[in-house]
Amino acid sequence: MLGRTAHGLFWMFRYLERAENTARLLEAGFHMALTRDVATAEEEWRSVVEAFGQRAGYEIKHGTYTGHQVWNYLLRDPDNAMSVLALIGAVRTNARAARNAISGELWEAINESWMEISGLLARPVAQGSVGEAVQIIRRAGTAVHGAMNGSMLRNEGFHFARAGTFVERADCVARILDMKYYLLLPSLSYVGSSLDTGQWDQVLRSVSGDRAFRWLNAGQIDARGIVEFLVLDDRFPRSVAFCHSALREELAALARLHGAEGESNALMRESATRIADLTIENIFETGLHDFLLEFITCNRAIADAIADDYRFLS
Amino acid sequence: MYEADGRFDEMRTGDGTVRPAYKEYRHWFDQQDSAFLSRKHREAEIAFRRTGITFNVYGEHEAEERLIPFDMVPRIITADEWRRLTRGIEQRVCAINAFIHDLYHRQEIVRAGLLPERLLRDNSAWLQNMVGFTPPGEIYTHVVGIDLVRTGPDEFFVLEDNARTPSGVSYMLQNRETMMAMFPELFTRVPVRTVSDYPRRLAKSLAACAPAATEGKPTVAVLTPGIHNSAYFEHAFLADQMGAELVEGSDLRVTGGRVAMRTTRGYEPIDVLYRRVDDDFLDPLTFNPDSVLGVPGIMDVYRAGGITIANAPGTGVADDKAIYSFMPEIVEFYTGEKPLLPNVQTWRCADRDGLAYVLDNLDELVVKEVHGSGGYGMLVGPAASKRELAAFRRKLKAKPQNYIAQPTLSLSTCPIFTRRGLAPRHVDLRPFVLVSPEGIDIVPGGLSRVAMRKGSLVVNSSQGGGTKDTWVLKD
Repeated sequence: MLGRTAHGLFWMFRYLERAENTARLLEAGFHMALTRDVATAEEEWRSVVEAFGQRAGYEIKHGTYTGHQVWNYLLRDPDNAMSVLALIGAVRTNARAARNAISGELWEAINESWMEISGLLARPVAQGSVGEAVQIIRRAGTAVHGAMNGSMLRNEGFHFARAGTFVERADCVARILDMKYYLLLPSLSYVGSSLDTGQWDQVLRSVSGDRAFRWLNAGQIDARGIVEFLVLDDRFPRSVAFCHSALREELAALARLHGAEGESNALMRESATRIADLTIENIFETGLHDFLLEFITCNRAIADAIADDYRFLS
Repeated sequence: MYEADGRFDEMRTGDGTVRPAYKEYRHWFDQQDSAFLSRKHREAEIAFRRTGITFNVYGEHEAEERLIPFDMVPRIITADEWRRLTRGIEQRVCAINAFIHDLYHRQEIVRAGLLPERLLRDNSAWLQNMVGFTPPGEIYTHVVGIDLVRTGPDEFFVLEDNARTPSGVSYMLQNRETMMAMFPELFTRVPVRTVSDYPRRLAKSLAACAPAATEGKPTVAVLTPGIHNSAYFEHAFLADQMGAELVEGSDLRVTGGRVAMRTTRGYEPIDVLYRRVDDDFLDPLTFNPDSVLGVPGIMDVYRAGGITIANAPGTGVADDKAIYSFMPEIVEFYTGEKPLLPNVQTWRCADRDGLAYVLDNLDELVVKEVHGSGGYGMLVGPAASKRELAAFRRKLKAKPQNYIAQPTLSLSTCPIFTRRGLAPRHVDLRPFVLVSPEGIDIVPGGLSRVAMRKGSLVVNSSQGGGTKDTWVLKD
């Protein structure tokens, strides 16, 4: 496979994952803001924009954080290169460029999703349509992954696509956690203090993990439990541990196909060992924020090593 | 009602009888409910959008993807008509390949006084560094598209030769796919020859032209200018169907005397490059130094036998419309036979008599630029305003050698589906021809382009023309 094509597939699925995560985050913020007074709601919307590093861009355009401005900025603003609309457009552009490396079914799933989403986001989104928009974006992700799983040859292209998915997902969950780390921290030191249940609910909703968490914890809610769930529980498909375990498998498959391991496999092994030895106590000793920053850096280093190992760029 | 306008109609004779080729189809059509047909008509467009069969058009701001209108009534050719056509096409393509070889070697045809040397000197597609070089297998024109028009039962003419990079074959294939998906029962009733193995035949034909440096099974790759090119869909489609890599200039480099592509395993040599990039952009070291679409040094590798470039650089000389006017002489010179497929009568404005005739009869003629293509820069006399005629007259007088003129042909009409039922529209036909040392291979079918507007004679997709499926019937 061409290095450029591998690069395109890897990023195609990163963009898709980011679009989906933006939608989930937006949905959680939307839900949260509905239950807050105006001042807290503004704070919520700011944290939503900040989570994926879009604050600077947003503030060039808007002086205040209102829901309507935020969801339109994140979903469709032409000045936002990371809007859902731009991301889905990039997914389709990459798919076109890698047209002969993906199955017809996968291409059609992407093209149809793009047609639907770009139609929906052609005009500003009103409050009543945010839910629908989020739902359609999530469904697009499901359709694309489904088409890929059901129709694509398990060749290197498949593994590059999956690797992109898990690199991005790990990055997103770490960023979402980091956005709220300060809310989770104090409650650890004050035994017995109750967490703002609305806040933790939002964190869990941002990664669509609220129901899974409740199911596993039978209604018990504490900061430790949430962090443990989102970082260390490898049963949850959006946890840090799950993403890196899945990523490791994809990189191992690529190394097998290429008959050699590269820098990415070495970094991956280090990260996996670190996570396997990790306890929730370690995380809070390091400090959640520092831990997350370190993880994000390590995750990025793995992505860069994949690009190097497989000659993404000349 | 289906009213033919006095020209030859593919479906009906002058007295309204349905021709044998269309008998079974027409029978089927008359049994269909009109609401069902209208629904299918809409579905076809949705299917093309969904599968992304589009071409790019450049507007002021951003590239826009458009659909080429698809008409669901097939253009049908009998087995006998096809046999006669293929004989003529084979003869012509053989002659073109031999002609290009001669031009870059001894130029016997010029020495024989049959072709003015000036036509080579003035030819923008002429490549000096092809002189004396023979490509692998002596093949220049690996893929050719011959544009045919029809004016009567036995009157087929060649309107244009596309020996450079003919496009449109993906539409031939997709139109058939779409028809089979929409009207499966038609294909059980009408014996239509298949076109779907074209990509396999293309891959085989290209592999048969592999250069001396090839080790083992030849590696074929398709070179595209990229996703913004108007024909990108076709490039990706053909690569996909052939199981070949789709490469861009940035994927390639010259290494160890070969042209190699950057794969996830390192650089791997390419044996045959089916390039859909113009000569000018192929090698910045040899041609346009600003090109980022090509491969620096590929021409040196080519001349040393390290790669086959299809079609060969410099092949475009044969597409020139001034050369076209000599095609009857060219065919006879290289094959020793009279041409089986005639040219459309052509006046060369470079000749004094020709120019005088063209100026006197401008409002009845079609005037084309000798280097032009795609329907750009041409004048359709009968459809032009007084002002347009006057402007063109000035252009002709200023640079007569840039133009040729042809009579406004009574192109045959073929039915298309409209809201009011079937209506006749003008069509042409582009069969695709594969050339290799193993022989000439013509897929039974081609691209039928149709002018969607009533009375229009311009079928080019860039000018609003559409396409339809082309059926060649079995015996």
